[in-house]
Amino acid sequence: MHAVYPLVLGALLFSIGLYGVLARRNAIAVLLAIELLLNAVTLNLVAFGSILRDQYGMGQVFTLFIITIAAAETGLGLAIVLLLYRQRATADLGEQRELAEPVERFDADELVPATELSTTEPSTTVLGAAR
Amino acid sequence: MNTLAFIALLLPAFGSAVTFIGGRDLRHVKFWSTAPIAAAFVATLLVALEHGTAGTSTHTYSIGTAGAFHVEIGTRVSGLAALTAVLVAGVALCVQAYSTSYLGGEPRYASYAALISLFTAAMLTVVYAADLIVLLVGWEIMGACSYFLIGHYWEKPVARAASIKAFLMTKTGDVPFLFGLIALGVQAKSFQINDVIVAADNAALHHPAWIAALLLCGVLGKSAQFPLHSWLPDAMAGPTPISALIHAATMVAAGIYLVALLYPVFVLAPAVLVAMAVIAAITMLGSALCALAQTDVKKILAYSTVSQLAYMLGGLAVGGRSQAIYLLLVHGAFKALLFLAAGVVIHRVGSNELSAMGGLRYRMPIAYGSMTVGLLALAGIPPFSGFFGKEGVLGAAYSASGEFAAPGRIVLIFGLITAGVTAAYALRLWLGVFHGPFPEAPHEHEARVEAPQTELIPLVLLSIPAAALGVVVLFGTGFSHVLGGWSGEAGSLLGSGATDLWPTGITTLLSLLFVVGFGGLTYLAWRRDRQADPAVMLLGPARGLLLEGFYFDRLIDAGVVRPTRAAAKLVAYLDANVFDAYVRGSGTGARDLGSVLRRLQTGSVQFYLTCLFLGVVVMAAVYAYVGTVS
Amino acid sequence: MTHSYLSPTGVEIAFVLVGLVILGSGLLVVTIKNLVYAALWLVVCMGSVAVEYLLLGAELLAWVQVLIYAGAVIVLFLFGLMLTKAPIGPTEELNVRNRWPALLVGLGAAGTLVTVVVQAYQHTWFDPRSSVSLGTGRSLGTQVFQYWVLPFEVLSVLLLAALVGAIVLSRRQRDSEEAEA
Repeated sequence: MHAVYPLVLGALLFSIGLYGVLARRNAIAVLLAIELLLNAVTLNLVAFGSILRDQYGMGQVFTLFIITIAAAETGLGLAIVLLLYRQRATADLGEQRELAEPVERFDADELVPATELSTTEPSTTVLGAAR
Repeated sequence: MNTLAFIALLLPAFGSAVTFIGGRDLRHVKFWSTAPIAAAFVATLLVALEHGTAGTSTHTYSIGTAGAFHVEIGTRVSGLAALTAVLVAGVALCVQAYSTSYLGGEPRYASYAALISLFTAAMLTVVYAADLIVLLVGWEIMGACSYFLIGHYWEKPVARAASIKAFLMTKTGDVPFLFGLIALGVQAKSFQINDVIVAADNAALHHPAWIAALLLCGVLGKSAQFPLHSWLPDAMAGPTPISALIHAATMVAAGIYLVALLYPVFVLAPAVLVAMAVIAAITMLGSALCALAQTDVKKILAYSTVSQLAYMLGGLAVGGRSQAIYLLLVHGAFKALLFLAAGVVIHRVGSNELSAMGGLRYRMPIAYGSMTVGLLALAGIPPFSGFFGKEGVLGAAYSASGEFAAPGRIVLIFGLITAGVTAAYALRLWLGVFHGPFPEAPHEHEARVEAPQTELIPLVLLSIPAAALGVVVLFGTGFSHVLGGWSGEAGSLLGSGATDLWPTGITTLLSLLFVVGFGGLTYLAWRRDRQADPAVMLLGPARGLLLEGFYFDRLIDAGVVRPTRAAAKLVAYLDANVFDAYVRGSGTGARDLGSVLRRLQTGSVQFYLTCLFLGVVVMAAVYAYVGTVS
Repeated sequence: MTHSYLSPTGVEIAFVLVGLVILGSGLLVVTIKNLVYAALWLVVCMGSVAVEYLLLGAELLAWVQVLIYAGAVIVLFLFGLMLTKAPIGPTEELNVRNRWPALLVGLGAAGTLVTVVVQAYQHTWFDPRSSVSLGTGRSLGTQVFQYWVLPFEVLSVLLLAALVGAIVLSRRQRDSEEAEA
């Protein structure tokens, strides 16, 4: 078999998974896309294991490990999503804006803005510290 | 002799240092303010006697080289320097003695006396300097002392304004003066006065007209000639002894002295001589008319000083160097006398105004006597010294020839008219102060209340030269032999160095005519109403204009002060709104840039990840490309 | 001997066809509007990947993949969907508002990776049948317990930690308050 086939397949699957991580809003959908990423990687590893056939059998052993870790990670990830859901009543990642910095209008001689914020989601904790 | 001159220079400086350092706690301040000057006066007398009719005696120390110039400092005693130094030291001594009682009780007397001593030292430096730069140092120190002394009563805004005005106007003249000195030194290849005069005599200067014009600017500033004249009347805000010393006898005479000193340079520039004559003519007549209109005694004397200085400048413009210096010396004597006497009168009456005075003839006899002598000298009545001084200048103007011809005519005409106006205002002053009714008590004959002795003795002492210096004329050309020719060399007849001070016929007759005519008119005007001011009748509608000095100050205000203030406001505005706008703009710009970048902080983790992976993909692609290409 | 791309072997054909299934189901996982369907399409994807493993000669791995991934992990996902009350039907809100940056990144990554891989390995040929023996249980087990014992043990610790962590994280707040009081 040409080595290109499994490797290109792995690359394409990885790109699909990358798109999914960046484009999905639900936390669980993101986790699903992460699984795609991991699968692409394992496919790559197994292909190289077949191509190179080294004495340690690294390709397939590592894949075994990755599957294990993926399972652990899924468990923990879902626990976190559950926590997120419990605190915010939503698993929507697009709505989480704590890391945001609002864009404010200053006058030339002001250190803090006198006017209100321009963003629509006021977060008093951030600006309470700034004032 | 040079050592004596040096000592004469140092003594007042020493006295000044002691008084400055001692300050208010110094005991015997009056001793320290008068004794060094008295010793200096004696020293200058000895120098003058020792010099006699010898030529210039110079003694210098070399202190190294500065670029292409050999720097030597020391003293140069010529006839001109010797005589002027006697005048300076003498008037300074009289003023210091007078001040011990005039200002003795005031809190700042110590600094005042110290400044007068410093001033005297500076003027003696100018007189005895062998080097142009040392002369300049003395010149500038005099300007600084004048500033401090005019502003002595700095509680009064009038005094503060006057001192700044004097300083600025003299400095306006001093800047071109500095350039002129430097040009002179460079072209003569030396800053020593002897070398400069030799270079001028040998026509080794390339641009004498420019140099003379630049030097003339400094002279105009220092000697208060048009257009830098209006500081002198305002300087009367200072104490009266200061007016006597600085603004009558010494500092304003420094300009005239300088022209006489560097006369060979000026002679090489006929255009500058004409300019000198024109300026002198304008000044002498204009200020005489203003003096006629003034109501403040000190201002009358101030304008009179300006007018007499113009006479001297006019004399120099027509080649009459000896005559101009003779007038300088006698003017120093009688003007100082007039100012000191006016001080006595003002102290008695408590006001500067003519309207507050009158009928002091019997109440202050010594002041009356000495002031009469001074006014007679001023008006140019024979046989007082002022007569010979004025006649000398007019005679030189009449007999001027060659390059002096055109200036001669200008000075002659204006000089004659001014002689008449001078007589008019002198008579008006005399009548207004001493005759007529005493304003406070018109019909009372109060007891004599004279001034203290320390004030009166200088008056009497100064009356002697004011009255009697005319006797010098009897020596014929003796005075000019003492003074030396234009180069300072005795007996050298370079140019027309040897002149006779005896008045010439036609000009004397004409001037006496003018004097009697104008004087008579004034007397008649006074006779009509003894209480009123004769100038009202004489000048009519022009009186207001003359009282304000031709509104010259308003001209300066509109032409110089306002544009300068507007320019300053413009600069301040530009600084705040243009340059500061850039400064603020850089701050605002940085902040706006920050707020632009802040828009990236959306808070969406997936957005951050997107950016991150975008970067990674780009880097990987670039790396792969570079790897495959190279 | 050189092998041409224009005359594929049977293995290659099978590989490509299954690969298409993988890519198709993967695309559906990341684009479909129904969250549950996405999870289910992931099952298909996992299964197909297991087939690929078989074609590459990794026998044990294929069964492990099916068992753990398709069996346990997906079920975990479905539980998660249920517990977070995920929308059951099709929803519009499943995708980010602005998808173009993500698309850009995906396409970029795809382009870069595929180019690099193809340029590097276009002449490499291997026979998967010769690695079948490496993929048996006996062979893999020998490898693990001969050369990879330490990572194996660490992995078990990791699993323990994940287990404990998941329990701690998902405990209800009331339990912790009751325990403190």
